[in-house]
This record gives sequence, C-alpha cells and structure tokens, in this order.
Amino acid sequence: MLRIEPRPTPSRAMTLAAPLLALALTVATGATLFSALGHDPGAALYHFFVGPISDRYGLAEMGVKAAPLVMIALGLSLGFRAGIWNIGAEGQLIFGAICGGSVALALYPYDGAWVLPLMLVAGVAGGMAWAALPALLRTWRNTSEILTSLMMVYIAVLVLRLLMNDLLRDPDGFSFPESRLLTNGALLPIILSETRLHLGAAFAVLAALLVWILTRHTLIGFQIKVAGLAPNAARYAGFDHNRLIWLTFMISGGLAGLAGVGEVAGPIGQLVPVVSPGYGFTAIIVAFLGRLHPVGIVLAALVIALSYLGGENAQINAGLPLAVTGVFQGLLLFFLLACDVLIQYRIRWRRAP
Amino acid sequence: MTDFLILGSIAMAATPLVFAALGELVTERAGVLNLGVEGMMLMGAVCGFIAVASGAHWAVGAAAGALAGACLASLFAALVLGFAANQVASGLALTIFGTGLSALVGSNYVGTPVDKIPAVLWGLDPMVFAALAMSAGMAFWLYRTRQGLILRAVGENAEAAHAHGHAVLRVRLLAILFGGAMSGLGGAYLSLAYTPLWAEGMTAGRGWIALALVVFGAWRPGRVLIGAYLFGSVGVLQLHAQSSGLLAVPSEILSMLPYIATIAVLALLTTRRQQSRAPAALGQPFHRLR
Repeated sequence: MLRIEPRPTPSRAMTLAAPLLALALTVATGATLFSALGHDPGAALYHFFVGPISDRYGLAEMGVKAAPLVMIALGLSLGFRAGIWNIGAEGQLIFGAICGGSVALALYPYDGAWVLPLMLVAGVAGGMAWAALPALLRTWRNTSEILTSLMMVYIAVLVLRLLMNDLLRDPDGFSFPESRLLTNGALLPIILSETRLHLGAAFAVLAALLVWILTRHTLIGFQIKVAGLAPNAARYAGFDHNRLIWLTFMISGGLAGLAGVGEVAGPIGQLVPVVSPGYGFTAIIVAFLGRLHPVGIVLAALVIALSYLGGENAQINAGLPLAVTGVFQGLLLFFLLACDVLIQYRIRWRRAP
Repeated sequence: MTDFLILGSIAMAATPLVFAALGELVTERAGVLNLGVEGMMLMGAVCGFIAVASGAHWAVGAAAGALAGACLASLFAALVLGFAANQVASGLALTIFGTGLSALVGSNYVGTPVDKIPAVLWGLDPMVFAALAMSAGMAFWLYRTRQGLILRAVGENAEAAHAHGHAVLRVRLLAILFGGAMSGLGGAYLSLAYTPLWAEGMTAGRGWIALALVVFGAWRPGRVLIGAYLFGSVGVLQLHAQSSGLLAVPSEILSMLPYIATIAVLALLTTRRQQSRAPAALGQPFHRLR
C-alpha cells in the first residue's frame, strides 16, 4: 500500500520541483475542464499559454501585468515567512492608487518634473497608511490581522467608488465616474518603445533585489526567518515580534501602494472605479508559487501574468468565460499546497503488514 | 414601515451569517481554521440558485447549496488532513478557487429571476427558524452529548484525544464537511431568499464576517447567534438609511458600516480573556505518525 513517511530533512529538490509539478497538474486539469466545457483542449491551451506572448507587444504586456504582482508578492512573502498574514494587499493597492492619483489631480494641469516622484511617495505612504490599522490592532489588541486587513479591502473599494462619484470625478467628463486623464508628466515613462511596459517593471526588479538583500544579509531578515520557523526560539532570543509585525506590514503595504500608483500612472493613466483585477489577492498565490523567495516570485509572477493574458485571449479567440482565469489560479494554489507535502514527506510503496 | 417588518428583515439579514458562523464554529472547535468560508458560501449560493432556476423546489436548492459547500470543503480537508498543508494558505486557496469557480458556473444565470423561499410564519421563511433551531440544537450537542465532548477534546488537545482512542482525523474531517455544508446553506439562503438572484461575488465579505463572528462569540453557539443578529441589524440600518434618504450621507459610506463594525467589534472585544477561549489546538495539524 501507499505510505507517507516523514523525511529526515526537508528535500531541497522537491522545494523547487513542487511548483513545476503543480503547474503541470493545473494545465492537465485545465485541458480536462476545457473538454468538459466543449472546447478543443489543444486549441484552448494554445490560446491560453502561447497565443498571448507570440509577439513583442504580448511579451511586454506580460511584464506590465507581472510588475504589480512582483511588488506585492515580495512584500507579502516577508510577512508569510514570519507567520504574519497581511491578506489585505488589494486594499493597500487601492488606497495607494487613490493617494498617488489625487496628487496628480490636485496639481493638474501643472506637470513639472517633481510631480511623478511626489505621486510615487504619496502612493507608498497611502499603502502604508492602509496597512497601519491592521498592524496597530494586532500589536495593541492582538486582533487577527487576517480579518482586519481583509475588511479594509472592502472599505478601500467603497472609498474609491465614493471619490469617483464625487470629489475626483472629471469636471468635463459627462458625469462618468472617472477622473481626468493624467498629464504626460504624471505618467511613468515607457521603457520599451511601442508597448505599454513602463518604469514600474524596473521598480519591481529593484524591489526584488532589495528584498533579497534584506532576507539574506540583514539581522531583520534573520529575525523574520526565525520567527516563522521557530516562534519560541525567536521569543527566547528576545526578538521583538511587534516590531516585526509593524515592519512587514509597512513594507508590504508600501509596496502594494507603489503597485497601485504604478497602475494609475502606468497602463490606466487616470483614476477609475476598478484599478486592479485582484492583483492583491493573486499576489498571495505568486508569493507561495515563488517559494517566498525573490527570484522565485519574479518567475511566478510571469506565469500568473500569463494566466491573466491567457484568460483575456481565450475569451476573445475561443469564447471561454473570463472567470476561467480565477479557477486556474485557485487550482494552481491547491495543487501547489498538495505538492508541497513532498518537501517534508516521501511516498513509498509498502506491503501491508 | 412597522417595527415588526424591521425585525423580520434583521432576521433575514442575520440568517446566512448564523448558518456560516455555526458551521465554522464546529470546524474550529475541532481545531481546524478554515478561511474558505467566503468561497464555500459563493459555491453554495450559485449551486442552490441553479437548482431552483432549473425548476427544483427551494428545499432541493438549499440541499444543493449545502452539498456544494461540503464538496468544496472536502478539497480543503484533503489538503490539511491528508497532506498536513498550512491551514491559513489552504483556506485562502479555497476562497480564491470558490470565487472563480462560482463565477464560471454561474455565468449563464446572472439576472435570471427565481421565486423567493415562501414565508410560513410572521412573514418569515422556514430557513430563519431552522437557523434559530440549529443554534439551540448545537449548544445542546456541544455541551450535553458525548459526541460534542469528543469534538471539543479533539480541538483542545488532539494528542490526548488520540491517546484516548478517538479518531482525530475522522472527527476533523466530519467537522470540516459540516462547516462546508453550513456555509453552503448560508450562501444558498442569500441567493434564494435574501436577494433572491445570483451575481458574481454576491456574498460581499459575509464569509469573512462569519469568521469574525466566531471570534466575537467566543466559540459559543448562543453568542454567535446574538452576534449574527447584531450584524444583521447593522446591515438593515444601512439599507433603511439609504432608502429613506433621511441621512444626507453618500450610500458608499453607509455600505462601509458592516466592515467598519466588524473591525471595531474585533478590536474592542478580542481581549486576552476572550482569546483564551479559543480551542487550544486551533490551526495545529495532527500527525498520527509521530
């Protein structure tokens, strides 16, 4: 019979193989799902995974979608390593977008060289501010940061909708709930001509580098690791857990805010009632798929970005519902968590005793 | 509008929360934290709705919702019991997956009308009374029966319960499936009686509010019921203020009320004493192999 046995030490090979195995299982399940929905699985998979990136523009689009995912997932990975669960990154993204966008709209039509830096700072500060309440309640009242950070997402969505209907609505815009288009000086420069790939992608790579240095070469990074792997040891060593909670929430909130202002000053170019297709939640999958490691997160973000593009492409070319993207992303996380068992355990054939 | 009708609408707003929170209460009492309530409610809502829209009786719809919730919960059980996966991550996966799958399954049913569950007494439908009876029954079951004692023992100290010869994993499996069925039932109530229609993401965070209610209710059925009715009144207050136009406040601010109330309640009431009532083994996986 099949037996699951604990390994003497966690398997390094399986740590890297599990995401690939999970991807393969997801694709296989996807093909089955497509046939069940009455589509040719081969063609559907082609439209999903190959079609979107078959030209230069498509590849750049993958970068456009991956950039916010990388930034958010990097921040979340720090908390997840330490067992601190900020799952409200979507709200922090939205509030960052509101703050950054408001700066540009308040200064309109001025667009000097310092408008964009000011917007970025406002976006980061907005994300941090939105993350501050869950961190405060967790450290002060020991309230579950999972529930409070999530409730803040719903509030952020409503704040943005309120502002779009009123204060930030385009005065010349026939009462559509949208802001003015941002001036050119308030937009992130394009780094690849004739595409939408903007400076935010460079920020994402830079952030990955900084997070790698933080986790690998600083005391804070070590404390985060110990707090997650051996909470009692961390307490015994006198590591300040509340400080870690604040730190991980401020970093993840700030990065989510940066991702938010990056959307407004990047591909969208104005404030609209919906600034993100759920990047804040999808980044949770990216963080796990990327093994909570900066390099892994960049690769995982590209895969997930492809699933967004694939979903749109398959909707246009194969008539599949757009919701397929969410199902794929959820399935991927399921399979990944199941495959992760192979890191700590091995499966053996044993004759029944 | 009479006071009586307001009481009725509070009961209707509270009922989905009562179902979902009672289900999660049982799961957590067995020592398992399932953050997938929102996803299971959505699957329950869409499957119950499809059943009724295809001509089934509302009771069949409610059963379909409960079954859908339990099916989704079985995936969660496979992960956290079979593979000893992280419960927080697995629960989030369940919510993400359930949200996507419900949108996919229900894409052809958006805007379809169905008949509301008919009222039986005081203008209220049977599910409202079922939720009340369920919380009374659960209080009895948890504290006055042997099975209830075993469930609590598994949630307090799984190793000790195992040493006493109780099948920890089987108890947890049943608790997870029950939690899923109840969440599905709560979701089905939303799409069959409260609204009644299907829309993507129609639970609007009620699954997460149900999770907060379990903490608020200190893992006790009676207090969870009171909490659900308090939250129901916040929701109804919001709707009345919105429709009467008495308050010169934008509707978005009123819509924030339930979420702000959840944060406030969690912050004010989760004292250390309250938290010490949490099942001691909550969130800890159990390995028979040790």
